[in-house]
Amino acid sequence: MTQDYNFAYLDEQTKRMIRRAILKGLAVPGYQVPFASREMPMPYGWGTGGVQVSAATLTPEDTFKVIDQGSDDTTNAVSIRKFFEKTAGVAVTEETEKASVIQTRHRIPEAALREDQILVYQVPIPEPLRFLEPRETETRKMHSLQEYGLMHVKLYEDISQHGAIATAYAYPVRVSDRYVMDPSPIPKFDNPKLEMAAIQLFGAGREQRIYAVPPYTKVVSLDFEDYPFEPTKADHACDLCGAEDSYLDEVILDDAGNRMFVCSDTDYCRSRREAGHVGRLGEEAA
Amino acid sequence: MTPLLQVRGIEKRYGARIGCADVEFDLYPGEVMGIVGESGSGKSTLLNCLAGHLKPDAGQVIFDTRADGPVDTVTMSEPARRMLGRTDWAFVHQHARDGLRMNVSAGGNIGERLMAVGARHYGDIRARAVDWLDRVEIAENRVDDRPSAFSGGMQQRLQIARNLVTEPRLVFMDEPTGGLDVSVQARLLDLLRGLVRQMGLSALIVTHDLAVVRLLADRLMVMKDGHVVESGLTDQVLDDPQHAYTQLLVSSVLQV
Repeated sequence: MTQDYNFAYLDEQTKRMIRRAILKGLAVPGYQVPFASREMPMPYGWGTGGVQVSAATLTPEDTFKVIDQGSDDTTNAVSIRKFFEKTAGVAVTEETEKASVIQTRHRIPEAALREDQILVYQVPIPEPLRFLEPRETETRKMHSLQEYGLMHVKLYEDISQHGAIATAYAYPVRVSDRYVMDPSPIPKFDNPKLEMAAIQLFGAGREQRIYAVPPYTKVVSLDFEDYPFEPTKADHACDLCGAEDSYLDEVILDDAGNRMFVCSDTDYCRSRREAGHVGRLGEEAA
Repeated sequence: MTPLLQVRGIEKRYGARIGCADVEFDLYPGEVMGIVGESGSGKSTLLNCLAGHLKPDAGQVIFDTRADGPVDTVTMSEPARRMLGRTDWAFVHQHARDGLRMNVSAGGNIGERLMAVGARHYGDIRARAVDWLDRVEIAENRVDDRPSAFSGGMQQRLQIARNLVTEPRLVFMDEPTGGLDVSVQARLLDLLRGLVRQMGLSALIVTHDLAVVRLLADRLMVMKDGHVVESGLTDQVLDDPQHAYTQLLVSSVLQV
């Protein structure tokens, strides 16, 4: 196949620069490494950071999968998948099992990942302290001196206003007993999965930061002694596949109050239905 | 008795201009020192140098730490100095909005210092926040209100509560009553005097208001053009001023 693009769109020098940042991020888990983010052929907020990390990570032998809120077939996922099909010519898949590099927006796949897989997150705002302390100079100092009391002020405010920790996504974690990290806007249901076998890379394009969590690294969700961290999900089973352990999306069906809950991870849901599981509104697999 | 704070030859210059120079004094535990002078006399510069917000060009600020005894805070490591700033030191700003987080509730503001030193029990943090609101005469049901919903006097009292909750030993105050009307000032001064005596705090109060130091301070330093021109017991300096500038300052106060 003749290529109109350099492999994976970016030039070799840029990929090298990004790989350096990734290696540094892996060496210092949770630390936000600045990098010279490039202009990508998509708008900021569509995953420019994740795309650059994926571009620097992919090899011609890789199998690539993209999910957006767990789903393989939404606009964002489809266009990024097509982008790398065109610019890198790599194999693509929708099956979590078969993928070697998975780019994700706002979810961790339900299936446990393996040591030979890489999970790439798209991150809008990498700085967990940003909304509490707007000065970058100050937040950097707070990270370097481990002054993280402010993070608990946010959780305190949640409890005082809502009676419980109401932060449901982008729930702050402490990585390897050192850096407080924003795990990108994944639901807090996914937080316990951050301690996994796969490499996790986080790319924020507009904010020009890369950070990483190496395999089997300790990741603790922040909480109070009397208000411990609780992963939450809708209290239902999936209406298509009947799964009770997966994160669910709520779908409104009509204006008469009918609704259904379905797995946000479409691949997980499909594989369960193929295995013969049927939910409340599901049909028998053919 | 070891002085809590020993200040030796503090000097801060802004280019060729002098911010403050050759300031020396000792502050003993439980003592309140007033620093007065006109605008531009270097009193705020001095306070910021002592509290570690500005780096002095020369001199030593030796603080009697709980763990290691007297240590020069100018040369100590930044993490250690910032730790002091959250535990044994407190800083009350002239404008409450400089010292408060305006988008965080009153309880969160008071709890911040506790959480910064490792408190992780919501119930305890909240109980202490409510206790401190009571001590600064703010109604308990305001604990979840943001400071922006408070009056100027309440904001200032909240700032004091937020600073004193970790039971510091030394409080720096920069014009704590500035910008408040006289009846609110009187109430705040009364409150401060009570807290300082009750907790045995040492304090450094920078002000241009002689009434404030008359009420609160045991000793007084008068500054002019970056230098200390007169110092002594408050009543002695105010009732029998020696230096020409102090005489002018004392005679400038309107008698009602």
